[in-house]
Amino acid sequence: MPDGASQLTTPADFAFAGYLARLADSHLVLGHRLSEWCGHGPVLEEDLALTNLALDCLGHATVLLRLLGQADGTGRDEDQLAYFREAVEFRNVLLVEQPNGDFARTIARVFLFAAYALPLYEQLQRSTDAALAAAATKFHPELRYHLRHAARWMLILGDGTDESHRRLQEAIDAWWPYTGELFALWPDDPALIERGLIPHPDRVRAAWEATITEVLGQARLARPVAGMHMLLGGPIGRHTETLGYLLAEMQIVARSFPGASW
Amino acid sequence: MPARTTEDAWAVIATVLDPELPALTIVDLGIVRSVAVADGGVRVAITPTFTACPAMRVIERDVAAKLRAAGFSPVTVETVLAPAWTSDWMSDAARAKLKAYGIAPPGRLSALTASRSGSPWLERDRAVPCPRCDSADTESISDFGSTPCKSLHRCRACAETFEHFKCH
Repeated sequence: MPDGASQLTTPADFAFAGYLARLADSHLVLGHRLSEWCGHGPVLEEDLALTNLALDCLGHATVLLRLLGQADGTGRDEDQLAYFREAVEFRNVLLVEQPNGDFARTIARVFLFAAYALPLYEQLQRSTDAALAAAATKFHPELRYHLRHAARWMLILGDGTDESHRRLQEAIDAWWPYTGELFALWPDDPALIERGLIPHPDRVRAAWEATITEVLGQARLARPVAGMHMLLGGPIGRHTETLGYLLAEMQIVARSFPGASW
Repeated sequence: MPARTTEDAWAVIATVLDPELPALTIVDLGIVRSVAVADGGVRVAITPTFTACPAMRVIERDVAAKLRAAGFSPVTVETVLAPAWTSDWMSDAARAKLKAYGIAPPGRLSALTASRSGSPWLERDRAVPCPRCDSADTESISDFGSTPCKSLHRCRACAETFEHFKCH
């Protein structure tokens, strides 16, 4: 990390830190899942695409974890936060921690997440927190590539063969119960919205809905039934079992050799 | 050799190459945001092309090492995100160097954004001129390549695949 970046300049702001953790951990965990495709992509170009998406996620997580270490008053750097927290301390949405499944599931998840992240960071560019606004301005054009790539695959697979259509429809149906959490309003959020730090999730959801409706329609995919029970828990540390296994793999080297460098 | 002025510091920084694109210096790339010299020391701010650019740590180290070797002390190199880099920060000279190196340089961002309409996934890919034979008859292979800042293309005229520094 850059010299002096861990120096504390402001008192702890736990509500804002909690929000930054939700963002940072979601990018970090999604990036780890995508990195599992390295060397396994269906074709070389897609292997490169998935690992580029993973790298972007890691970059976004790094920036946000640095902000988190300042906001929570601990001065922890991105490595300490990524490698030395337990699963219950992670705040990522449940959507991103689930195993990849097949390529259809992997791409459908990137699509659902990017369709949320793009309008979110579009709006976070106007955050009253200058550092978060700068990060959002940086991330936004990068996330556009994520949505573009995933949505193109949605059209290819959804409007492709019977088999690709069936698999992608199954993927959308399987991920759907996890999408409500993207727009949940948590107890600390109204005050953050009031301070102009974050947008109201309903404003992000409106843009997400428009993208989902358009792409599912173009891809001949059915939208899952309305009113489905939505799973909640990641942002308050209630995760599914799978996160522990993911973190074990992600954290093993750093924990086995603390402070190691190469 | 005592080096003490801001101009001296810029001259040193202008010798630092992008480790992943050694045809360009970091000044060519447009990623040096500020250079402040005071009391024999220097503080430099650089910004990534793409957030996840894996070359940033190496660049930070190279800048610091060269400035120390030139006599500056203390040396601080920090990474900042604002103002955010876009390909419009790359100089015309840098674009020419890139093309000579075999990588298609980025176009102007304003032209790209003006050409955008509707949903990103329905956009037609703009043909990037081939850096080898200058043909405009090229096709996009992938938005993603060997580094975050490059995309992959193929020239139908000379049949070469080539990389393009993304207009971004």
